[in-house]
Amino acid sequence: MEKKSIEMGVDKTRYLNQAEAEGFKEIVPDDFPGKVIPGGNGGNIVVTTLDNVINWGRSNSLWSLYFGTSCCAIEMMQTGAAKHDYSRFGFEVARPSARQADLIIIAGTIVNKMGPVLRRLYDQMAEPKYVIAMGACAISGGPFFYNTYSVIKGADHVIPVDVYIPGCPPRPEALLEGMIMLQQKIKTENMSNKVNPIDGFDEGEI
Amino acid sequence: MEQIVNNSFKTQEYFVNMGPQHPAAHGVLRLLLTIDGEIIKNVDPDLGYIHRSIEKMCERDSYQQVVHLTDRMDYLSSHINNEAVCLTVENALELEVSDRVKVIRTIISELTRLASHQLWWGVMGMDVGALTTYFYAFRDRELINDIFEETCGARLTMNYNIPGGLMFDIHPNFVKRTKEFIAHFKTKLPEYDRLLTGNIIFQKRTKGVGVLTKEDAISFGVSGPVARGSGFANDVRKYHPYSAYDRVDFNEALFTEGDSFARYRVRIMEMWESMSIIEQLIDNIPDGDYNTPTKAVIKLPKGEFYQRVETARGELGVYINSTGTKNPYRVKFRSPGFSNLSVLNHIAKGAKIADLVATMASFDFVIPDIDR
Amino acid sequence: MTNEKIQNIVNGWGEGFEFSEEGSEFLNVVVPKEQLHSVCSQLRSHPDLNFDYLFCVTGMDWGEELGVIYHLESITNRHNIVVKVKTEDRENPTLDSVCDIWRTAEFHEMEIFDFFGIKFNNHPNLKRLFLTPDWDGYPLRKDYVDEANMIVK
Repeated sequence: MEKKSIEMGVDKTRYLNQAEAEGFKEIVPDDFPGKVIPGGNGGNIVVTTLDNVINWGRSNSLWSLYFGTSCCAIEMMQTGAAKHDYSRFGFEVARPSARQADLIIIAGTIVNKMGPVLRRLYDQMAEPKYVIAMGACAISGGPFFYNTYSVIKGADHVIPVDVYIPGCPPRPEALLEGMIMLQQKIKTENMSNKVNPIDGFDEGEI
Repeated sequence: MEQIVNNSFKTQEYFVNMGPQHPAAHGVLRLLLTIDGEIIKNVDPDLGYIHRSIEKMCERDSYQQVVHLTDRMDYLSSHINNEAVCLTVENALELEVSDRVKVIRTIISELTRLASHQLWWGVMGMDVGALTTYFYAFRDRELINDIFEETCGARLTMNYNIPGGLMFDIHPNFVKRTKEFIAHFKTKLPEYDRLLTGNIIFQKRTKGVGVLTKEDAISFGVSGPVARGSGFANDVRKYHPYSAYDRVDFNEALFTEGDSFARYRVRIMEMWESMSIIEQLIDNIPDGDYNTPTKAVIKLPKGEFYQRVETARGELGVYINSTGTKNPYRVKFRSPGFSNLSVLNHIAKGAKIADLVATMASFDFVIPDIDR
Repeated sequence: MTNEKIQNIVNGWGEGFEFSEEGSEFLNVVVPKEQLHSVCSQLRSHPDLNFDYLFCVTGMDWGEELGVIYHLESITNRHNIVVKVKTEDRENPTLDSVCDIWRTAEFHEMEIFDFFGIKFNNHPNLKRLFLTPDWDGYPLRKDYVDEANMIVK
């Protein structure tokens, strides 16, 4: 009988190392705004025991900021309600104030008028902070890509993003998988060597 | 002595920004309040934080693509929005759809209205301070989402209507699951009444707050449950019936006090009436085609076409001006939230900020519907 | 009331009106822009017509002319009429405001100013509503071009 792991959630090697093991190299398009930082930010395969404990505590109690602009916000509210509950994973508290949050889930379209507001909220959050882009509109403009004069084609033109969740709107289970993927990403970080993605972030034209 | 006290304690009006990101959970609405202490002197809404230029996009899209864009406008009654554009195109082409399509469209519209009012009830309780209602409402809303997912394929933005009928036929389980849901929800709605309607704190927060008279409602172009709470009877399902609404028998919910509590009771009564409409139709869905075929490229004849439907928020109007080509020349969506929002300055003068929050909750805004 | 009776009553109020019923389900009347305010206030106050519910205000660019379309309904008599008004001036178009007759027109006229650039006389608060105050141009006109933001397909 093989020894089974008692860890909850998804097996982390599936995302971080399995891709390289299959010989798949990630390709970043030429016009991608911003910097691509490979996973396992700052840390390598060996993470010290102290880091393990600290990362376990940090990833299992992320507090998110209320930020929903359009339809994806309803699916985010459904994920917080009783049937699929994200407080099982530690995201219990959703704070309206940016100073008390360390995760921002961008659920909905970002428009030219809203861009500076989003940037100001991100700047008000305290380090370390993470960003999840939920839904097609936050990833790349979504259904509003052609023929519009007022939509920013992707939230990563404004702030750096850690996890992308596709869907229009994504199911609550998809949002939960994205949140767990972020938790796995945090568990392999090393706080003292962490590279801050906002340094030298190319803002482009907002 | 009195003069010194009066001069040194002079108050001054100042501006407070109820910003685009705030926990009253309505979306991105920015209100500039001019207040004197706690009393509001002026409310100035600043819109456009979710303006996605849908009307400009429609001028380069085909008619089928226009239908699918309307899902994202008022996402809580997405099926009814789709139905509005489909009915406009079908009336312009003088295309007859089968009875089966009309009855199924009506049933799914009423289920959508129920889902939207459930979410409104949960959020209204949350705005006034009761967090329990949020969880109860979403628990019941999940059951409707499951019915939609089995038949239409998606939970929130269901692209199920196309000009000419429906995209595919209903699932064999649809009738059984809908009947089970109605039987289950009929035992839950009295529970909602026990929780919130009879609650003395809720009644004190909403009775006499945000009063709108009938003449003001007509002059400001208000529609939907907000108008019916002030005695202005304008249900589009009764006076300009479409789809299968002329064969069902239902009452129009009408109250005359005009305050937030009356608007609350209008929506609760509408939930009962929706269930009664579904019960009258669910057992006798006629047989027939689920789709009347149209050409792949739809071209409307030259002219102007207008269609009104009743969404969960009020009267939605679709105006299409066509010059005979495959794209419309101008599409205008008359959104219910835009006219309802213009009343806010008029009725919030002299109220406190907490009263403004309760009034906005009873209006039930969805901001992408206002900004389009 | 039937459309012919309405047409007869309205015809007596001035000249230059063009009535038509083809291509639409309502009775349409094109009014010259100088008579807009007097026609509208008579439509509201006439005891047989009593058009008190303005339910749709649409801005329109017909290619060479700009204009506004008003959809009206009467709650007591349940009949409808559509009033259109045009102006050929594209540099500085101005029309009369009707927000003292129907108060819903305040917000709708702000929206039309934002997207088409039509100014309304006697409007209490005419400013940009949806776009930022420093936006250049009027997007919903047919000759609007914006290479920076729009990806045209």
